[in-house]
Amino acid sequence: MDFFDRLVGKKKSAKSAKERLQLVLIHDRTDLTPAVLEAMKDDIIAAISKHIDIDPDKVNIDVEHDGRAQRLVADIPLRVATRRRAS
Amino acid sequence: MTGKVVTITSGKGGVGKTTTVANIAVALAADGKKVVCIDGDIGLRNLDVIMGLENRIVYDIVDVVEGRCRTRQAMIRDKRMPELFLIPAAQTRDKNAVSPSDMIRLCDELRQEMDWILIDSPAGIERGFRNSIAAADKVLIVTNPEMSAVRDADRVIGLLEAEEKAAPSLIVNRLNPTMVKRGDMLGVDDVYDLLRIEVIGIVPEDENVIVASNRGAPLAIEAKSRAGQAFRNIARRLNGEQVPFLDLEAHSLWDRIARLAGRK
Repeated sequence: MDFFDRLVGKKKSAKSAKERLQLVLIHDRTDLTPAVLEAMKDDIIAAISKHIDIDPDKVNIDVEHDGRAQRLVADIPLRVATRRRAS
Repeated sequence: MTGKVVTITSGKGGVGKTTTVANIAVALAADGKKVVCIDGDIGLRNLDVIMGLENRIVYDIVDVVEGRCRTRQAMIRDKRMPELFLIPAAQTRDKNAVSPSDMIRLCDELRQEMDWILIDSPAGIERGFRNSIAAADKVLIVTNPEMSAVRDADRVIGLLEAEEKAAPSLIVNRLNPTMVKRGDMLGVDDVYDLLRIEVIGIVPEDENVIVASNRGAPLAIEAKSRAGQAFRNIARRLNGEQVPFLDLEAHSLWDRIARLAGRK
Protein backbone atom coordinates (compact mmCIF):
# COMPACT_ATOMS: atom_id res chain seq x y z
CA MET A 1 0.00 0.00 0.00
CA ASP A 2 2.78 2.31 1.09
CA PHE A 3 4.76 1.66 -2.06
CA PHE A 4 1.69 1.91 -4.23
CA ASP A 5 0.75 5.28 -2.71
CA ARG A 6 4.18 6.61 -3.46
CA LEU A 7 4.00 5.25 -6.99
CA VAL A 8 0.78 7.12 -7.74
CA GLY A 9 2.00 10.20 -5.84
CA LYS A 10 -0.74 10.09 -3.21
CA LYS A 11 -0.11 12.46 -0.33
CA LYS A 12 0.22 11.05 3.18
CA SER A 13 -2.95 11.69 5.17
CA ALA A 14 -1.10 13.31 8.10
CA LYS A 15 0.30 15.88 5.69
CA SER A 16 -3.17 16.72 4.37
CA ALA A 17 -4.42 16.98 7.95
CA LYS A 18 -1.73 19.48 8.84
CA GLU A 19 -2.26 21.62 5.76
CA ARG A 20 -6.02 21.64 6.20
CA LEU A 21 -5.71 22.49 9.88
CA GLN A 22 -3.35 25.37 9.14
CA LEU A 23 -6.02 27.01 7.00
CA VAL A 24 -8.91 26.18 9.32
CA LEU A 25 -7.09 27.63 12.34
CA ILE A 26 -6.36 30.90 10.55
CA HIS A 27 -10.06 31.33 9.85
CA ASP A 28 -11.07 30.25 13.36
CA ARG A 29 -8.62 32.63 15.00
CA THR A 30 -9.16 35.70 12.85
CA ASP A 31 -12.72 35.26 11.64
CA LEU A 32 -11.27 36.15 8.24
CA THR A 33 -12.89 34.36 5.30
CA PRO A 34 -11.27 34.19 1.85
CA ALA A 35 -14.03 36.53 0.58
CA VAL A 36 -13.24 39.18 3.19
CA LEU A 37 -9.54 38.85 2.43
CA GLU A 38 -10.26 39.40 -1.27
CA ALA A 39 -12.42 42.48 -0.60
CA MET A 40 -9.70 43.89 1.65
CA LYS A 41 -7.13 43.31 -1.07
CA ASP A 42 -9.22 45.34 -3.55
CA ASP A 43 -9.52 48.21 -1.05
CA ILE A 44 -5.79 48.19 -0.38
CA ILE A 45 -4.98 48.20 -4.10
CA ALA A 46 -7.38 51.12 -4.64
CA ALA A 47 -5.88 53.10 -1.75
CA ILE A 48 -2.27 52.58 -2.81
CA SER A 49 -2.97 53.19 -6.51
CA LYS A 50 -4.03 56.73 -5.65
CA HIS A 51 -0.44 57.51 -4.69
CA ILE A 52 1.82 55.19 -6.57
CA ASP A 53 1.66 53.00 -9.67
CA ILE A 54 1.31 49.28 -8.86
CA ASP A 55 0.40 46.15 -10.79
CA PRO A 56 -2.86 44.89 -9.21
CA ASP A 57 -2.32 41.36 -10.54
CA LYS A 58 0.92 40.94 -8.66
CA VAL A 59 -0.39 42.05 -5.26
CA ASN A 60 -0.36 39.23 -2.74
CA ILE A 61 -2.00 39.47 0.68
CA ASP A 62 -1.87 36.59 3.14
CA VAL A 63 -2.15 35.69 6.79
CA GLU A 64 1.04 34.30 8.28
CA HIS A 65 1.70 32.63 11.62
CA ASP A 66 4.06 34.01 14.18
CA GLY A 67 3.83 31.66 17.14
CA ARG A 68 0.18 31.93 18.17
CA ALA A 69 -0.15 35.39 16.66
CA GLN A 70 -1.27 35.99 13.08
CA ARG A 71 -0.02 38.76 10.90
CA LEU A 72 -1.37 40.11 7.67
CA VAL A 73 1.44 40.25 5.16
CA ALA A 74 1.10 42.20 1.93
CA ASP A 75 3.54 41.94 -0.94
CA ILE A 76 2.95 44.85 -3.30
CA PRO A 77 5.50 45.12 -6.13
CA LEU A 78 5.85 48.68 -7.49
CA ARG A 79 6.01 49.40 -11.20
CA VAL A 80 9.44 50.68 -12.02
CA ALA A 81 9.30 54.43 -12.69
CA THR A 82 12.06 54.40 -15.34
CA ARG A 83 10.39 51.69 -17.37
CA ARG A 84 7.16 53.66 -17.25
CA ARG A 85 8.88 56.77 -18.50
CA ALA A 86 10.45 54.86 -21.40
CA SER A 87 7.14 53.48 -22.58
CA MET B 1 -0.46 25.04 52.83
CA THR B 2 -1.43 26.59 49.51
CA GLY B 3 -2.53 24.00 47.02
CA LYS B 4 -2.36 24.49 43.30
CA VAL B 5 -5.49 24.33 41.16
CA VAL B 6 -5.00 22.55 37.83
CA THR B 7 -7.86 22.31 35.33
CA ILE B 8 -7.87 19.68 32.60
CA THR B 9 -9.95 20.66 29.58
CA SER B 10 -10.10 20.00 25.82
CA GLY B 11 -12.96 21.59 23.94
CA LYS B 12 -13.82 18.35 22.16
CA GLY B 13 -15.34 15.48 24.12
CA GLY B 14 -13.93 11.98 24.29
CA VAL B 15 -10.24 12.83 24.02
CA GLY B 16 -9.39 11.45 27.46
CA LYS B 17 -9.78 14.31 29.96
CA THR B 18 -11.27 12.19 32.72
CA THR B 19 -8.69 9.43 32.30
CA THR B 20 -5.96 12.06 32.40
CA VAL B 21 -7.30 13.62 35.61
CA ALA B 22 -7.62 10.25 37.35
CA ASN B 23 -4.13 9.16 36.34
CA ILE B 24 -2.34 12.39 37.21
CA ALA B 25 -4.18 12.40 40.55
CA VAL B 26 -3.12 8.84 41.34
CA ALA B 27 0.46 9.59 40.33
CA LEU B 28 0.63 12.72 42.50
CA ALA B 29 -0.93 10.90 45.46
CA ALA B 30 1.52 7.99 45.05
CA ASP B 31 4.24 10.58 45.43
CA GLY B 32 2.85 11.43 48.88
CA LYS B 33 0.91 14.54 47.91
CA LYS B 34 -2.56 15.43 49.18
CA VAL B 35 -4.80 15.51 46.13
CA VAL B 36 -8.47 16.22 45.51
CA CYS B 37 -10.18 15.81 42.15
CA ILE B 38 -13.33 17.74 41.34
CA ASP B 39 -15.67 16.43 38.66
CA GLY B 40 -16.82 19.56 36.85
CA ASP B 41 -19.20 17.77 34.52
CA ILE B 42 -22.51 18.30 36.28
CA GLY B 43 -25.20 16.10 34.76
CA LEU B 44 -22.72 13.76 33.04
CA ARG B 45 -20.36 12.71 35.79
CA ASN B 46 -17.76 10.04 35.04
CA LEU B 47 -14.69 10.64 37.18
CA ASP B 48 -16.33 8.56 39.95
CA VAL B 49 -16.45 5.41 37.78
CA ILE B 50 -12.97 5.92 36.34
CA MET B 51 -11.63 6.13 39.90
CA GLY B 52 -13.84 3.23 41.02
CA LEU B 53 -15.62 5.27 43.69
CA GLU B 54 -19.16 5.32 42.26
CA ASN B 55 -20.64 3.29 45.16
CA ARG B 56 -19.42 5.65 47.84
CA ILE B 57 -21.10 8.86 46.76
CA VAL B 58 -23.30 10.46 49.40
CA TYR B 59 -22.89 14.19 48.77
CA ASP B 60 -21.77 15.99 45.62
CA ILE B 61 -20.45 19.40 44.58
CA VAL B 62 -23.92 20.96 44.35
CA ASP B 63 -24.63 19.87 47.94
CA VAL B 64 -21.43 21.67 49.00
CA VAL B 65 -22.22 24.82 47.04
CA GLU B 66 -25.81 24.94 48.31
CA GLY B 67 -24.71 24.34 51.90
CA ARG B 68 -26.32 20.94 52.48
CA CYS B 69 -23.03 19.47 53.71
CA ARG B 70 -19.54 20.51 54.69
CA THR B 71 -16.85 20.29 52.00
CA ARG B 72 -15.13 17.49 53.91
CA GLN B 73 -18.31 15.37 53.81
CA ALA B 74 -18.42 15.48 50.00
CA MET B 75 -14.77 14.42 49.69
CA ILE B 76 -14.71 10.69 49.00
CA ARG B 77 -11.49 9.05 50.10
CA ASP B 78 -9.86 6.76 47.50
CA LYS B 79 -9.82 3.02 48.21
CA ARG B 80 -6.08 2.61 47.81
CA MET B 81 -4.61 6.00 48.53
CA PRO B 82 -5.50 7.67 51.82
CA GLU B 83 -4.46 11.14 50.63
CA LEU B 84 -6.51 11.09 47.41
CA PHE B 85 -10.07 12.44 47.36
CA LEU B 86 -12.90 12.98 44.87
CA ILE B 87 -15.64 15.59 44.97
CA PRO B 88 -18.20 14.14 42.55
CA ALA B 89 -20.45 16.11 40.24
CA ALA B 90 -24.21 16.06 40.74
CA GLN B 91 -25.89 13.77 38.26
CA THR B 92 -29.43 15.12 38.38
CA ARG B 93 -28.76 18.85 38.21
CA ASP B 94 -27.63 21.09 35.38
CA LYS B 95 -24.49 23.16 35.05
CA ASN B 96 -26.11 26.36 36.24
CA ALA B 97 -26.34 24.94 39.76
CA VAL B 98 -22.70 26.03 40.18
CA SER B 99 -21.19 29.41 39.28
CA PRO B 100 -17.59 30.46 38.61
CA SER B 101 -17.51 32.32 41.95
CA ASP B 102 -18.74 29.15 43.75
CA MET B 103 -15.78 27.31 42.23
CA ILE B 104 -13.33 30.00 43.30
CA ARG B 105 -14.69 29.89 46.87
CA LEU B 106 -14.54 26.08 47.00
CA CYS B 107 -11.01 25.94 45.59
CA ASP B 108 -9.78 28.62 48.02
CA GLU B 109 -11.06 26.47 50.86
CA LEU B 110 -9.45 23.31 49.46
CA ARG B 111 -6.13 25.08 48.90
CA GLN B 112 -5.74 25.34 52.69
CA GLU B 113 -5.39 21.61 53.22
CA MET B 114 -4.48 20.09 49.85
CA ASP B 115 -1.34 20.17 47.68
CA TRP B 116 -3.21 19.68 44.41
CA ILE B 117 -6.75 20.38 43.30
CA LEU B 118 -7.45 18.82 39.89
CA ILE B 119 -10.59 19.86 38.06
CA ASP B 120 -12.07 17.66 35.33
CA SER B 121 -13.72 20.11 32.95
CA PRO B 122 -16.66 19.08 30.80
CA ALA B 123 -16.31 19.20 27.01
CA GLY B 124 -17.51 22.35 25.31
CA ILE B 125 -16.90 26.02 25.98
CA GLU B 126 -20.01 26.93 27.93
CA ARG B 127 -20.89 27.28 31.61
CA GLY B 128 -19.26 24.05 32.80
CA PHE B 129 -15.99 25.02 31.11
CA ARG B 130 -16.18 28.57 32.55
CA ASN B 131 -16.77 27.10 36.02
CA SER B 132 -13.85 24.75 35.64
CA ILE B 133 -11.30 27.36 34.62
CA ALA B 134 -12.45 30.10 37.03
CA ALA B 135 -10.09 29.09 39.85
CA ALA B 136 -7.32 27.51 37.78
CA ASP B 137 -3.67 28.38 38.44
CA LYS B 138 -2.72 26.15 35.54
CA VAL B 139 -4.71 24.73 32.63
CA LEU B 140 -3.79 21.52 30.83
CA ILE B 141 -5.35 20.94 27.43
CA VAL B 142 -5.81 17.37 26.31
CA THR B 143 -5.95 16.70 22.59
CA ASN B 144 -5.64 13.76 20.22
CA PRO B 145 -3.50 13.90 17.05
CA GLU B 146 -6.61 14.27 14.92
CA MET B 147 -8.34 17.12 13.01
CA SER B 148 -11.33 17.95 15.18
CA ALA B 149 -9.54 17.55 18.52
CA VAL B 150 -6.71 19.89 17.45
CA ARG B 151 -9.13 22.44 16.08
CA ASP B 152 -11.20 22.48 19.29
CA ALA B 153 -8.02 22.67 21.39
CA ASP B 154 -7.08 25.80 19.46
CA ARG B 155 -10.47 27.36 20.22
CA VAL B 156 -10.00 26.69 23.93
CA ILE B 157 -6.46 28.12 23.88
CA GLY B 158 -7.88 31.26 22.25
CA LEU B 159 -10.57 31.56 24.94
CA LEU B 160 -7.96 31.18 27.70
CA GLU B 161 -5.85 33.89 26.05
CA ALA B 162 -8.90 36.17 25.98
CA GLU B 163 -9.43 35.49 29.72
CA GLU B 164 -5.77 36.39 30.25
CA LYS B 165 -5.09 33.10 32.00
CA ALA B 166 -1.49 31.89 32.30
CA ALA B 167 -0.35 30.02 29.17
CA PRO B 168 -1.83 26.50 29.15
CA SER B 169 0.18 23.32 28.53
CA LEU B 170 -0.65 20.54 26.11
CA ILE B 171 -1.11 16.80 26.55
CA VAL B 172 -1.16 14.83 23.30
CA ASN B 173 -3.16 11.75 24.18
CA ARG B 174 -3.72 8.51 22.24
CA LEU B 175 -0.73 8.87 19.99
CA ASN B 176 -0.23 5.82 17.80
CA PRO B 177 3.51 5.77 16.94
CA THR B 178 3.06 3.22 14.15
CA MET B 179 0.53 5.44 12.38
CA VAL B 180 2.73 8.50 12.86
CA LYS B 181 5.67 6.66 11.36
CA ARG B 182 3.52 5.61 8.40
CA GLY B 183 2.50 9.23 7.82
CA ASP B 184 -1.12 8.58 8.71
CA MET B 185 -1.28 10.45 12.01
CA LEU B 186 -0.17 13.93 13.03
CA GLY B 187 3.00 13.71 15.11
CA VAL B 188 3.65 15.69 18.29
CA ASP B 189 5.81 18.12 16.28
CA ASP B 190 2.92 18.78 13.90
CA VAL B 191 0.48 19.36 16.75
CA TYR B 192 2.96 21.69 18.46
CA ASP B 193 3.50 23.54 15.19
CA LEU B 194 -0.22 24.17 14.89
CA LEU B 195 -1.05 25.04 18.50
CA ARG B 196 2.23 26.52 19.73
CA ILE B 197 1.83 25.89 23.43
CA GLU B 198 4.24 23.99 25.68
CA VAL B 199 3.85 20.19 25.51
CA ILE B 200 3.78 18.69 29.01
CA GLY B 201 2.80 15.14 28.09
CA ILE B 202 2.71 12.61 25.26
CA VAL B 203 0.57 9.57 26.00
CA PRO B 204 0.58 6.59 23.63
CA GLU B 205 -2.62 4.79 22.71
CA ASP B 206 -2.87 1.89 25.11
CA GLU B 207 -5.48 -0.87 25.49
CA ASN B 208 -4.74 -0.94 29.19
CA VAL B 209 -6.62 2.36 29.58
CA ILE B 210 -9.89 0.53 28.84
CA VAL B 211 -8.93 -2.38 31.08
CA ALA B 212 -8.15 0.06 33.90
CA SER B 213 -11.47 1.85 33.46
CA ASN B 214 -13.30 -1.51 33.52
CA ARG B 215 -11.68 -2.15 36.89
CA GLY B 216 -12.02 1.39 38.21
CA ALA B 217 -8.30 1.50 38.98
CA PRO B 218 -6.32 4.17 37.08
CA LEU B 219 -3.35 2.55 35.41
CA ALA B 220 -0.76 5.03 36.66
CA ILE B 221 -0.75 2.88 39.82
CA GLU B 222 0.87 0.00 37.98
CA ALA B 223 4.40 0.17 36.77
CA LYS B 224 4.04 -1.62 33.48
CA SER B 225 1.88 0.16 30.93
CA ARG B 226 3.42 2.85 28.73
CA ALA B 227 0.40 5.12 29.08
CA GLY B 228 0.62 4.81 32.85
CA GLN B 229 4.28 5.73 32.70
CA ALA B 230 3.48 8.73 30.49
CA PHE B 231 0.87 9.94 33.00
CA ARG B 232 3.31 9.54 35.88
CA ASN B 233 5.81 11.64 33.94
CA ILE B 234 3.22 14.40 33.53
CA ALA B 235 2.70 14.42 37.31
CA ARG B 236 6.45 14.74 37.84
CA ARG B 237 6.64 17.61 35.35
CA LEU B 238 3.82 19.38 37.19
CA ASN B 239 5.98 19.08 40.29
CA GLY B 240 8.70 20.95 38.43
CA GLU B 241 10.91 17.99 37.60
CA GLN B 242 12.67 17.80 34.24
CA VAL B 243 11.61 14.45 32.79
CA PRO B 244 12.51 13.40 29.24
CA PHE B 245 9.68 12.19 27.00
CA LEU B 246 9.28 8.44 26.49
CA ASP B 247 10.78 6.94 23.37
CA LEU B 248 7.60 5.98 21.55
CA GLU B 249 9.23 5.06 18.26
CA ALA B 250 7.51 2.02 16.88
CA HIS B 251 10.34 -0.44 16.54
CA SER B 252 9.91 -2.77 13.61
CA LEU B 253 11.46 -6.18 13.63
CA TRP B 254 14.16 -4.91 11.29
CA ASP B 255 14.90 -1.97 13.61
CA ARG B 256 15.35 -4.37 16.48
CA ILE B 257 17.61 -6.69 14.51
CA ALA B 258 19.63 -3.73 13.28
CA ARG B 259 19.99 -2.50 16.85
CA LEU B 260 21.06 -5.94 18.10
CA ALA B 261 23.62 -6.04 15.32
CA GLY B 262 24.85 -2.65 16.51
CA ARG B 263 23.96 -0.85 13.31
CA LYS B 264 21.75 1.76 14.96
